[in-house]
Amino acid sequence: MTELRIDSLSKDFGTFRALDSVSLDIPNGKFVCLLGPSGCGKTTLLRLIAGLETPTDGRIYVGGADQTEVPTHKRGMGMVFQSLALFPHLDVADNIAYPLAIRGVDKATRRARAEELLELVQLPGLGSRRIHQLSGGQRQRVAIARGLSIDPQVFLLDEPLSALDASLREHMQIELRQIQQRLGVTTVVVTHDQKEALTMADLVIVMKDGVIQQAGAPMELYHTPANAFVAGFIGTTNLMPCTVADGVVSVLGHAFPITEGDRIAISSGEAQLSVRPEHVLLGAPDEGLPAEISFLRDLGESLHVLMRVGDQEITAHLPPGHGHDLATGQTVGIRFRDGEKVVVQ
Amino acid sequence: MSATSVQTATPRWLGLWPAAMLTLFFLVPFGIMLAVSVAHRDVSGFYEWSFEWDSYARFLSAFFGKVMAVSISVSLTAAAICVALAFPFTVFLSNMGHRAQTRILVVLLSALALSEVIIGFSLSTLLSQTAGIGNLFHWLGLIDEPRAYTPSLFALITGLCYIGFPFAVLVLYPPVSRLDPEIVEAARVMGASGPRAFFGVIVPNLRGAIVGAFILVFVFTLGSYLLPQLLGRSEHWTLSVHITDQAVYQSNLPFGAAMSVFLMLVALALVGLASLAGRERGAA
Amino acid sequence: MTRALKTTYVLVILALLLAPLVIVAAVSLNGPQSLRFPPVDPSLRWYGELFRQSEWLVPLRHSLVIAACAAALAVAIALPLALYVWERRGIAAKALTGMGLAPFALPPVISALGFMIFWMTLGGYGRIYATIISHGIFLVTLPLVTISLGLKGIDRSLIEAARVMGAGRWGVFRTVILPLLIPYMVSGYAFAFVLSLNEYIIAYMVAGFTVETLPIKIFNALRYGYTPILAVVSVIFAALSALIFGLIGRFGNLPRLLGAERSQHD
Repeated sequence: MTELRIDSLSKDFGTFRALDSVSLDIPNGKFVCLLGPSGCGKTTLLRLIAGLETPTDGRIYVGGADQTEVPTHKRGMGMVFQSLALFPHLDVADNIAYPLAIRGVDKATRRARAEELLELVQLPGLGSRRIHQLSGGQRQRVAIARGLSIDPQVFLLDEPLSALDASLREHMQIELRQIQQRLGVTTVVVTHDQKEALTMADLVIVMKDGVIQQAGAPMELYHTPANAFVAGFIGTTNLMPCTVADGVVSVLGHAFPITEGDRIAISSGEAQLSVRPEHVLLGAPDEGLPAEISFLRDLGESLHVLMRVGDQEITAHLPPGHGHDLATGQTVGIRFRDGEKVVVQ
Repeated sequence: MSATSVQTATPRWLGLWPAAMLTLFFLVPFGIMLAVSVAHRDVSGFYEWSFEWDSYARFLSAFFGKVMAVSISVSLTAAAICVALAFPFTVFLSNMGHRAQTRILVVLLSALALSEVIIGFSLSTLLSQTAGIGNLFHWLGLIDEPRAYTPSLFALITGLCYIGFPFAVLVLYPPVSRLDPEIVEAARVMGASGPRAFFGVIVPNLRGAIVGAFILVFVFTLGSYLLPQLLGRSEHWTLSVHITDQAVYQSNLPFGAAMSVFLMLVALALVGLASLAGRERGAA
Repeated sequence: MTRALKTTYVLVILALLLAPLVIVAAVSLNGPQSLRFPPVDPSLRWYGELFRQSEWLVPLRHSLVIAACAAALAVAIALPLALYVWERRGIAAKALTGMGLAPFALPPVISALGFMIFWMTLGGYGRIYATIISHGIFLVTLPLVTISLGLKGIDRSLIEAARVMGAGRWGVFRTVILPLLIPYMVSGYAFAFVLSLNEYIIAYMVAGFTVETLPIKIFNALRYGYTPILAVVSVIFAALSALIFGLIGRFGNLPRLLGAERSQHD
């Protein structure tokens, strides 16, 4: 069993607290994404798990064993670095078999294992190539194969796909997930791309300022964000200041009744209302919150309607075939779909 | 991110061996030299330990003043010529292709590595009556009789420029080649002509590097020992020649050491000044 | 200035640098014992003569032995020094760097006199090992600069990757750092070798009267009149330097070694 447990882990760089008492339980075989803006501490957490940094406080357990004091090279981790960190002086097979070579495994076994892993990442027969002869996507695959060559306790990846262009990145996200599912290895990926996290992860951990904001399954985070930050970071949303009282949410002077399915974190007081653009409905000005259309963005697959109510911007995404009668400068009435209002702190 | 590593890649004791070697064979010799510079001259050729300023006091003589004046003015002239020639050369060089750069650098390094004795010999051959340009000029009908141009001040400065030029280029090469080519392109696009872009954009941007190179070439030529003997007359001898002359032929180690210490202080001050000049722009 | 004019400027200067050597190469072909240009009765006679006369062979052997050993010593000091200084910023690191750079930055006559007095005081004056050690210390700067450049070019994540994958300190050094540094060590060695071969003043003041190196021999011979054999030795030395630097340029990245960061090989 290689479940990963983080117990109130903190890390200071001088006076800067990069990670503030983070605790986590990651079950065996799960695919976890650490998600957050740059500087949120996600990379620091990954490097602490790898042993590349020493924690200021707290402990790390892998498979029940305390790893906090174990030096990096004895932790048995696999890791893919943001820069990939492939060795320029070794060929592809020697790169992949490096963890085996350093453990004294004989050459024949190493070659066989490298070939096996090259099959896994769909690069059969490229073992004798030099690194600089490979394309970006191929290097990516080699780095993944190298990280997996010793059947690591935990597979760690630091922004592994950030160097790839958009279409290749999406493809690799799916492939990485498929490889992980086939091997069942506990995997932790650092990313700042929420789509990447939603595509791959069993468990997404949203971080900000060294603190975990929310940990949960992707759709749980999407539908029930714990706070305004998570609501804004996962997917796109409209965030509006609101007051809750007597079964009503008031936004910009307009009262919306709370309906079944709405997720309202407080019973009364001031908070933030989050409504996804696809749940913003448009009608006649007197049917809802009056707003002026400031811009229309037709993407074919959907129509984005940007509106203003005073200083507040609200966006609606309409499905194809809707909203052809709208025009910039026109005033419309905004309503929110029943059961899709989320009030967060 | 200010990632402090868990462990450094190299153990601490690794520094012990180079520290021991450099202390024993570099610091200790300097210490001894310092001690000898204040020792008492023993006419038998060595010295006896004591503490006196006699050797330093000799600096105050008119003879020594003249030696310094010659050393410095000859080196200054050579350094100025070298940097003036080397700066445009380096700018053009750094804009060439990788292969051309490599080839020219090979030529420069080979010239730089050449022993002063070989350079002195080559130049004295080139400037000689029988094999050199004197012969060529005679053949061309420019002069009536083949003549030698060495030994002379002209030959000496030519020689110092020959050793100083590759050095100047190599000192200027890193800052010049790191200068963003887009700065020059921007100036050209905005209407600056070639020479104007050169003097208005490249030169001011590299002022620190040019001053630094000038000082380093100056110190480099100041250290020249063989060329003054091979190409100059005895009145052109530099401090380096006099140091050796005192230490080896006049058997006056304390005076040689004192001159050495003096030369070192001058050189250190100048090198420090050069690195300050280099930093002025490097920090940006 | 047009491109052609720039190229002309560069070529003219290169021609001036090569001119004395061309004359010397031509003069080395003189048949009789005289320095004439153009050469009289051209032959390769003096090239053969060099390898027959022990008065030239002995200094040649001295020079090669000294250069080979001194360059090795320089690398042996520079490698641990560069590695130690690499990720340290303390006073010790600064002092070591300074000591590594100083010998080469000062006028060589200072080091020469320092070494001379040192060996006179300790014994060893006039012995070949004194020349070797003195040259080794004097030339530490060159491999120090090249190896430090090599270390600067090593991506930190390569080392972290090796550690995560199971390499301890020694393993990282053996499998990652050393293989990546070897080209820089070789060029550092080559630079030191060539400069030791051509160095005069230190070799002269430390052991000039007993251990004659080629530059010393040439200088001494100059006093007794010029012979074509001097030209022969000069030509061989220049060719050897050019060959070694040419090899570095062929197999290494010379512009980068000399500090150009913009210039990329591939």
